[in-house]
Amino acid sequence: MVTTFKAQVQNLHFYYGTVEALKNISISIQEKKVTAMIGPSGCGKTTLLRCFNRMHDLYPGNRYEGEITLYPEGKNILDPKVDPIELRMRIGMVFQKPNPFPKSIYENVAYGLRVRGITQKSIIGEKVEESLRYAALWDEVKDRLYHLASNLSGGQQQRLCIARTLAIDPEIILFDEPTSALDPTATQKIEELMETLKEKYTIITVTHNMQQAARVSDYTAFFYLGELIEFDKTENIFTNPKVKKTEEYITGRFG
Amino acid sequence: MKTSYYRRIERFKDTCIRGILFSSALCSILITAAIVFVLFYESIPFFKSVSFKQFLFDKQWTPLFSDAHYGILPLICGTFLTTLIALILAIPLGTIMAIYLSEYASHKFRETLKPLLELLSAVPTVIYGYFALLFVTPLLQTILPSLSGFNVLGAGLTMGIMIIPYVSSLSEDAMHAVPMPLREGSYAMGATHFQTAIRVVIPAAFSGITSSYILAISRAIGETMVVAIAAGMQPNLTLNPLEPAQTLTAYIVQVSLGDLPHGTLGYQTIFVCGLTLFFITLCFNIVGHSLRKKFREVY
Ligand SMILES: Nc1ncnc2c1ncn2[C@@H]1O[C@H](COP(=O)(O)OP(=O)(O)OP(=O)(O)O)[C@@H](O)[C@H]1O
Ligand SMILES: [Mg+2]
Repeated sequence: MVTTFKAQVQNLHFYYGTVEALKNISISIQEKKVTAMIGPSGCGKTTLLRCFNRMHDLYPGNRYEGEITLYPEGKNILDPKVDPIELRMRIGMVFQKPNPFPKSIYENVAYGLRVRGITQKSIIGEKVEESLRYAALWDEVKDRLYHLASNLSGGQQQRLCIARTLAIDPEIILFDEPTSALDPTATQKIEELMETLKEKYTIITVTHNMQQAARVSDYTAFFYLGELIEFDKTENIFTNPKVKKTEEYITGRFG
Repeated sequence: MKTSYYRRIERFKDTCIRGILFSSALCSILITAAIVFVLFYESIPFFKSVSFKQFLFDKQWTPLFSDAHYGILPLICGTFLTTLIALILAIPLGTIMAIYLSEYASHKFRETLKPLLELLSAVPTVIYGYFALLFVTPLLQTILPSLSGFNVLGAGLTMGIMIIPYVSSLSEDAMHAVPMPLREGSYAMGATHFQTAIRVVIPAAFSGITSSYILAISRAIGETMVVAIAAGMQPNLTLNPLEPAQTLTAYIVQVSLGDLPHGTLGYQTIFVCGLTLFFITLCFNIVGHSLRKKFREVY
């Protein structure tokens, strides 16, 4: 099976002011695969994930060094000339805690279309239904689309946040510990969802849960103190890690 | 032994503190009740000699003239007109300032400007009154030569300047309290700064923003000094802001400062106006409260 690169991180350093949070990271993201990032708390997983959609631009004093090349066009998205707003229309993100907007379920999913200036009701309505169906939430909410999203359960809210991201047809979806605030049933639903999502989207996910990484991902990257320690196919990482640190971490001997 | 003694003392302290807190709460309720009672009590004799119909529908308010009329409408009209002008200025400007301070300004700039703005509301209102009379009105007269020296427009605009800090400061607090992940969610969808502020931050802070508007409205309705000094002291049933007029509060000052004997009808009008004012602000507060409850957002 032929795989192609969707993105390539090359010699990436990232600084919060003077603190170097990522040290010389190079990693390739395969198209329509799930890449998991694991590692102990504070090792820089979130920091790396937020480089992909330039979320760090929102805060003063943050600095990137190195490149992230996005394919097919092969442009470096960390280039200051690249508009982060355009970029974020192509790269969606789901956060650790569900963060639905203080709007109705319908308007939450329609948000991405509305900020793009789309106003035709028929287009929005269709896209909202399609996205909610794809996020396996449609049947649960179809009778209350105009109720406030904050009335949904945590797991439903998280799937709503996924649906809202799907509605903008992103090329890559970034997940930052999407299930850490959810119970096992809701977690399972999200994991199943990721399985279907990778048919259409490239997925990068951060997780603290080893079983989850093993279950859902095709590739796994292990980070430690801002450095990439090992990156390989998930089965290799979990059955036959080459670096001792990785083995210690996945067997739970530290972290 | 020793610990149980200690625990008993702590329990006793707890009871005492609860008592103190309860009685202070009770005090403020009792004082409010007493004020309302006095307003009612002193107003009853008035309504024995003046019919409700006359009070509500007569188009003149001249209690101190020999040809006395007791129609409250001119005063209510003056009150609403000055308030409306003040709000037309203060609500948009205050809200825009709040959006700027919360969403665009740097941390340092916000921390400098906010206290300065709040200082505006520390200026004594009598100074605003003369500011309206001696600066704002002459300035307006250069554009509107027909404007009389005492007028609703100048007083209302000055009042608007005065209440801007209430709107901007409280709205800014509410917007600033909106959690960052909510904003990030919007940015992550490819929204711009402005879209995020308008479509996510404002709806999320809606209840706090409404509170600031309600406070501004109550403040404008109750404001006395500016209108007493700059709007003229003539009850005037008009919607023309270029004319002089009198508000409920300004009338109360005017009459209180005179030497009307107790028990006369003129004296009682003070309380009737007070009662009317009380009802108006009460209505606004109830509306505001229910609005706030309806849109209360839990993060
Ligand atoms: N805003 C910030 N300013 C300064 N340092 C930061 C900031 N955010 C994170 N860091 C530091 O950067 C390092 C990486 O943090 P990051 O949040 O990426 O870790 P993480 O791997 O996602 O951890 P966790 O698993 O706990 O979420 C940490 O040492 C952290 O203290
Ligand atoms: Mg993290």
